[in-house]
Amino acid sequence: MAVTTGTQLVKETTRVLAPGQTAGGIDDSVNTPVLSGKTPMWWWIGFGISAALLGLYLVSVVNLVTTGTGIFGNNMPVAWAMPIINFVWWIGIGHAGTLISAALLLFRQPWRTSINRFAEAMTIFAVVCAGLYPILHLGRPWVFYWLLPYPNTFGMFPQFRSPLAWDLFAISAYATVSLVFWYVGLIPDLATLRDSARSRFQKLLYGALSLGWTGSARAWGRYMRAYLLLAALSFPLVLSVHSTIAMDFAVSQLPGWNNTIMPPYFVAGAVFAGFAMVLILAIPLRRAFHLRSVITMRHLDNAAKLLLGTGMIVVYGYGIELFMAWYSGVEFEVFMAYNRVFGADHGWAFWLLIMCNLVAIQPLWFRSVRQNPIALFVISIIVSIGMWLERYVIIVVSLTKDFLLSSWFNYVPTFWDWALFAGSFGLFGTLFFLFIRLLPSVATSEMKEMVHHDAHHGSDYYETIRGSYHGEGGRA
Amino acid sequence: MNETPNTPPHDGAVDPLLRGERLDLESIRARLEGERGDGFWRSLDEIAETTEFVEFMRKEFPRQAAPLESALDRRAFLKLLGASMALAGLSACARPPAPRETIVPYVRQPEDVVPGRALYFATAISEGGYAEGVLAESHQGRPTRVEGNPDHPASLGAAAPTVSATVLSLYDPDRSQGVSQGGNARSWTQYVAALRDALEASGDGAGVRILTENVTSPTVADAMHRLLEAYPSAHWHQWDALRPDAPLAGARLAFGEDVAPVFEFANADVVVSFDADFTNRGPGRLRYARDLARRRRVRSADDDMNRLWLVESHPTPTGSIADHRLPLAPADIAALAAWVAAELGVTGAPTAALPNRVPRPWADALVDDLRSSAGRSLVLAGPEQAPVVHALAHAINELLGNVGSTVRFIASPEARPELHGASLRALTDAMHAGEVDVLVVVGANPAYTAPAALRFAEAMGRVATSFHLGQSFDETAALATWHAPHAHVLETWGDVRAFDGSVTITQPLFSPFYGGRNELELLAGALGDETVSAFDIVRSAWRDRVEGDFDTFWQRSLYRGVVDDSASPERSVAVRVFEAELPTPSDLVLHVTPDPSLGDGRHANNGWLQELPQPFTKLTWDNVAVLAPATAEALGVTKEDLLAITTAAGEVTLPVWVQPGQAPGVITTTTGYGRRAAGRVGNGVGVDLAPVRSLTGAVTRVTGATRVRGRHRLATTQPHHNLDGTGERRHIVRAGTLEQLRAEPDYPKFVHPVAHHESDIFPDWEYNSYQWGMVIDMTVCTGCNACVTACQSENNIPIVGKDQVLVGREMHWIRVDAYHRGGIDDPDFFHMPMACQHCEKAPCEPVCPVAATVHDSEGLNVMVYNRCVGTRYCSNNCPYKVRRFNYLQYAELSTDATELSLANNPDVTVRSRGVMEKCTYCTQRISSARIQAGNEGRRIRDGEVVTACQSACPTEAIVFGDLADETSRVSEAKRSVLDYALLEELNTVPRTTYLARVSNPHPALAENGSA
Repeated sequence: MAVTTGTQLVKETTRVLAPGQTAGGIDDSVNTPVLSGKTPMWWWIGFGISAALLGLYLVSVVNLVTTGTGIFGNNMPVAWAMPIINFVWWIGIGHAGTLISAALLLFRQPWRTSINRFAEAMTIFAVVCAGLYPILHLGRPWVFYWLLPYPNTFGMFPQFRSPLAWDLFAISAYATVSLVFWYVGLIPDLATLRDSARSRFQKLLYGALSLGWTGSARAWGRYMRAYLLLAALSFPLVLSVHSTIAMDFAVSQLPGWNNTIMPPYFVAGAVFAGFAMVLILAIPLRRAFHLRSVITMRHLDNAAKLLLGTGMIVVYGYGIELFMAWYSGVEFEVFMAYNRVFGADHGWAFWLLIMCNLVAIQPLWFRSVRQNPIALFVISIIVSIGMWLERYVIIVVSLTKDFLLSSWFNYVPTFWDWALFAGSFGLFGTLFFLFIRLLPSVATSEMKEMVHHDAHHGSDYYETIRGSYHGEGGRA
Repeated sequence: MNETPNTPPHDGAVDPLLRGERLDLESIRARLEGERGDGFWRSLDEIAETTEFVEFMRKEFPRQAAPLESALDRRAFLKLLGASMALAGLSACARPPAPRETIVPYVRQPEDVVPGRALYFATAISEGGYAEGVLAESHQGRPTRVEGNPDHPASLGAAAPTVSATVLSLYDPDRSQGVSQGGNARSWTQYVAALRDALEASGDGAGVRILTENVTSPTVADAMHRLLEAYPSAHWHQWDALRPDAPLAGARLAFGEDVAPVFEFANADVVVSFDADFTNRGPGRLRYARDLARRRRVRSADDDMNRLWLVESHPTPTGSIADHRLPLAPADIAALAAWVAAELGVTGAPTAALPNRVPRPWADALVDDLRSSAGRSLVLAGPEQAPVVHALAHAINELLGNVGSTVRFIASPEARPELHGASLRALTDAMHAGEVDVLVVVGANPAYTAPAALRFAEAMGRVATSFHLGQSFDETAALATWHAPHAHVLETWGDVRAFDGSVTITQPLFSPFYGGRNELELLAGALGDETVSAFDIVRSAWRDRVEGDFDTFWQRSLYRGVVDDSASPERSVAVRVFEAELPTPSDLVLHVTPDPSLGDGRHANNGWLQELPQPFTKLTWDNVAVLAPATAEALGVTKEDLLAITTAAGEVTLPVWVQPGQAPGVITTTTGYGRRAAGRVGNGVGVDLAPVRSLTGAVTRVTGATRVRGRHRLATTQPHHNLDGTGERRHIVRAGTLEQLRAEPDYPKFVHPVAHHESDIFPDWEYNSYQWGMVIDMTVCTGCNACVTACQSENNIPIVGKDQVLVGREMHWIRVDAYHRGGIDDPDFFHMPMACQHCEKAPCEPVCPVAATVHDSEGLNVMVYNRCVGTRYCSNNCPYKVRRFNYLQYAELSTDATELSLANNPDVTVRSRGVMEKCTYCTQRISSARIQAGNEGRRIRDGEVVTACQSACPTEAIVFGDLADETSRVSEAKRSVLDYALLEELNTVPRTTYLARVSNPHPALAENGSA
């Protein structure tokens, strides 16, 4: 890549910020690729693949709307299948961003700063991918708005006992707040870009988007307060959105779905999946954009620890589900557990899930693994597959064999199931590639604040104790 | 009758489409007019296959061409009709009946025709020549539904699946629509003139053969006799693949007379059936099912029930409700019959050792039971058993004094009782010998139904002139010189006898939809009177037979659907000493039997019947070789493998189905598949069994059975489920014996194996009106599928095609769940009709985000199609999985009426894709009764609302009514100690409940449970 950066460090570091950073250096390393007139070849390749997949997505959607839900493999016991798996999977991924930004901001975890921006972007794009699924999955997607409470001549309101009605509010609220939070965070950085914009397009784009940001102390004061309030608003949403989605299942009476543990275990699973996706995106990104000085080993290490922690909670959830099924003594539950683990048709999915979500994360107990980007990248991909399998096991395997033996029927996904799923990666990828090309993927204003803090006040207390743990003797 | 049906429709309809195009119209025109210019419908599929036609379609009608270019899968068939319609330009309107041929509506007769209100006409539909009375529902002159006629002795209100499905066959666009000669359109006048000329040319009828199906009609018989009088050298042959010869041969053997037995199950305490599936096959089946069930209905420990013993080679509906069922090879069944006869002391019974597979205590108990209930017992033989078994059954009945009590004999209701196999053989022999110059085939389709060994097609080639009268341009029509469309029974006049000899004068609901004449008009025409209508023939025939006021007789006979006192009088007969050999057993036999849905193939083009899940196997769209698990193991084959079966006659290759309860050493397969000229639905579905069919019996020795390369996917709607392990612990089916019930008369343990506690966070519903509910009696449900097709017809349920059944998307609102318990070789069978349970605390309701499924003020769980957006959450949360989703556009939604959409019930919405649907408890029938009652200022009476499934059920297993009325039959049934709610532990509080299955095993065998 032809981008030159003034302060690039080849050496990896475990500090939140590599030593020797300057405000100008941060701007250079983050903003230069965005403002550069030249677009690197890898971007075009990545964007091209994504756009092609997006094309597949659009073809699938057109086919779906014109032909019907029957293009999928769904059948009568298995009325929900891949589209819902993919919906939950995407929405799970969409958790890490807001968690990183809001929760870690509130908990004063400074290491969040360099990864929050693209994690938030990832969140929004994942929510876009996820949010389209329930609509496309409807038998009559063109009347999806009937789920909304709006005055109409039918005199009908949504049926609020249905978790699907709760879902709609949870997802739309989450998507709205996440978008606002992300955009508010972007404003100072957009102003920086506006100020150094080279082309007319950039001037117009960033000029309009930065909403006349002046950088005055008053503006900063208001901005910081608003940002903190938004963070406080987003944080509960992180917990609520996936809890609500978990209730789509927990509220039903299907064995394998109706577990009270579902909400917390889904939230843990979402954080787990979200951090895996953060790593999948961050590791190539820091390499491609030479951001190793701002997205450091420290970030990867922390994300890996969260991965391990939430992963173990999720695995605990699996155990409790099976235990409660046995402990209940209810035949339907006992059989569901047996079928999930040893069933001839789908037992493989459970064991593969255990391999992905339990066995594959165990190396993360070792620091050497946590600080190995390639190992983390591979584990994160395995975890993402595992989290997809988890939803497969919960949704499909439970539905194939429920109460009456006569209605048991197997499920086989069709080409269009996979096409829409692959296409959703295209949607995500296209948005993400546009994002990294057009917007700063690291929050430069916050980074510069840290640089300033480091330069004038020395590294903080947190950094000191962390440093001793990492064997670098605190400040470098 | 007007002449329009005979005018070829293509002259005016097709030409404008062809005009003014620079395509190679000549070839298309030639194809249209030349090859088969007699009507457009039948030829469409053939023409459509040619590239010129597709090209023409694409340019002329791009939109309609699309379905033609894709493969004509069966689901696309319905859609295709739209295109075909536009092409043919036919009027979809039914022509009103000619005013002078007044037809008489049934009991629910409005003052005049009220739009939106159906009229019901009594008539009869026959199969194998025997009538079952029906009421045909007509909406403004359009027949939409056929139900049983409660006044008819062979129906008593019940309707078999084939009867309910008649209405679809009526509108079948693949029916023949014009007279033709060698592919050229002709008129009826020309057809009749040619027939008359051919007859006259023969002089006294030498070389003239007439082939009919089994004739029971007195008027047809008269006409035949008149023809034979005019042409004394002509021969009349009968061939009806649905009329087995053995019962007649058995009666001749036992009595030396052509008599037929009529059974009185009401008087029978013990029934022993040697391979007779008498509730499901043969004359009187629906009546027998009802009579048998009435003696098996148990509501409390005080009730009594009969005991049914049944040996059979493959599981049948009757066998599945037997108290003692034993799977045996056909030859073993005959041996057992002989052994039982000998044990009872029948003189001259052939000697036979007890077959190895029959446990001695079992056989002893059977003999003991028969002996101890002499005079109150009944022995029957199956239609596919050798004549000797029938003779033995007659002898046993006579010996035990059952004649006059449980069985009586009447003169055969058939116009000319004869052995059809021999008759057909005589005909084909004569044809091969070149002795036949003129062949008239009325209704029958021997080119498909005759055994291949007779080489019927080849024999047809040696006949100078042949005339065919058939409802479709079938395999025989293709070989015949002349073809004319045969009017459907709902389109014409006639008469027909039932199993007990009762006569029904059949009346049309409208004039022939696709043109068409009936056999009476054909025979009259042959004798020179081609202008007389069927109406006049039937009416004048009856005028001659009836003394007194003819108009009163006519009105009353049509109104009731049966001629008063027309049942045959009892004949006193005595069993002679007879000698006959028992069939020789062999290791492996092939048993060819008519398909429960398609019969001999005559219903092959009926999508409802093709997609009807077969009893036990739940298979759709295929015929299979049914093997016992042991046989499959021995042959090294498993489900869906292909098995090449060789008999002395020939070889067929069939997909394998492994069926628990099938007798080892018996391969059972069903006819009616592999049709070549059935129509777009039925062509090429399954395998034609002609190569292995035999005229000598349904059972032939298999000389070789080997697995061949390849597999065939079978579309079954339910996997097989044994009620052991988790199946048993779910307590889905609850079954016990009469003895167990009597031991615990107040709270039988087998009905309530688990305690459950009610709890709910939602408050109870409050009602101040009706509360509908249903009870299904598992003791008498035979799994015959009558309810399924009745529901399909009533509720406009679409078919989906084999590919959609394969992925689990069949749409039937009511299904019959099949379970079996015990070992795979000889399990107990259970049938559980399963439709929406209308739960009081319905799990589907709270999860719908748009309130599309809601509780109504009378307790129904209703589905609002307009509101449904298709989240399908309701189905996920339904523990009974009774909801059906329109994954694709299965129903024809076009606002232009197509032929098949005329069969739709106008009171029921046709559903679009993307919406959920399910059983509504026939809410349209409830509404109609509510309106009627409201007009009369009263409550709906008990029995006024009859659901479609309930009305069709031959055994009255389904009871529906108002639970708020404590005196209603349904309330009474719910008070039974046997009543249980399925999955009651889920607290769904279903409104449909089940009566636990009760069996009545012989005390000596009770230890082993019911065999």
